[in-house]
Amino acid sequence: MNNKNTKFLSPGHNGCAGCGQLSAAQAVMRGLHKNVIIANATGCLEVTTTAYPQSAWGLPWIHSLFENAAAVASGIKAALNKKGDKKTKVVVQGGDGGTFDIGFGLISGLWERGENVLYICYDTEAYSNTGIQASGATPYGASTSTSPSGTVSSGSTQRKKDMLAIALAHNLKYVAQSSAGFPDDITNKVKKALETDGPSYLQILCPCIPGWKINNNEAAMLGKLAVQTGLYPLLEYINGQLSASSINSNFQAKAVEEYLKKQGRFKHLKEADISIIQKLAAENIKKYKI
Amino acid sequence: MKAPITNLSAQANSSLANKTGSWRTVKPVINLNTCVGCSLCAKLCPEGCIEMKKQIKTEKIKAKINYDYCKGCGLCAHECPVKAIKMENDF
Ligand SMILES: Cc1ncc(C[n+]2csc(CCOP(=O)(O)OP(=O)(O)O)c2C)c(N)n1
Repeated sequence: MNNKNTKFLSPGHNGCAGCGQLSAAQAVMRGLHKNVIIANATGCLEVTTTAYPQSAWGLPWIHSLFENAAAVASGIKAALNKKGDKKTKVVVQGGDGGTFDIGFGLISGLWERGENVLYICYDTEAYSNTGIQASGATPYGASTSTSPSGTVSSGSTQRKKDMLAIALAHNLKYVAQSSAGFPDDITNKVKKALETDGPSYLQILCPCIPGWKINNNEAAMLGKLAVQTGLYPLLEYINGQLSASSINSNFQAKAVEEYLKKQGRFKHLKEADISIIQKLAAENIKKYKI
Repeated sequence: MKAPITNLSAQANSSLANKTGSWRTVKPVINLNTCVGCSLCAKLCPEGCIEMKKQIKTEKIKAKINYDYCKGCGLCAHECPVKAIKMENDF
């Protein structure tokens, strides 16, 4: 975009053509400003943007390990506090594996200490970078390399971990969920989260071309369908309360089948499994009053 | 003995040296008469290589693709609300 913030994430990176995560990251960058330091967990976003000796980033950006991005952010925040710098914001970016599973303990610590850090999870619903292993974010029925569909299994038997509820249980003042395909929603939520005093959490659904076995041009469409079926609603909690902007009384849910049948990771599903997933969407619609 | 300190730092935005346009086999072509300048393609592009530019003659804002980096994913063409972008072979 013809926007000075685009330089925060330059082209020339090695993301797959049509990557939903990189598309979402561009929307995130439009919500940031130049006084931001980013700590990035290991994962596709880090690997594709920093093929040494090159970097796509135009903001101070650090990668240390897969599991410790939250702790690195805490350290940066502590150094800024010591210097009396109140202007510079600290942002963490991680994949769902880094967030739901492997970095989880350190994220909980960051939230427990109430540090003023924005944590953004790019949720591809699997460990994309190492070949689509199932993570705590993998939804029911998805075929991954560690939950392959076949004669004895119809994909993951586990339900997706509810990270939003876990974030809310830490009394975060700002917790939100968005999806690639809604770039303005992402940008707006990043801006709001950044202005929150205290820790904030934003989780963005990012369709993954090889992981979801979809076409190069379908990431935005699937990001939208996930929302339109009720499987991944656009949500925002301010001070623990679901904000009015999340509630849509005219919501006409599309059948989950429309979302599932477009993805190779779900193509083995039989009617019984599809109806389980339809129930999950119905639960969301009830729970979030959309 | 002190371990050597390795500074693995990189120049900001140095990925620009990597012209990913060479990945492309199909190419998005924008029909400027149809483009309404909504900027959705520019907002969605994973490369961030679509710019909104003022046309010299008409002064209207239209999308412009930087083919140095466009990987030809076709996301822009798929999402364009007025179907102003067509994918064409590029080999
Ligand atoms: C401690 C540790 N374990 C495993 C790895 C290997 N590894 C690198 S990236 C990655 C997957 C990242 O998955 P996720 O966090 O979901 O991000 P995504 O790639 O999906 O964006 C793994 C397992 C590592 N770098 N460090």
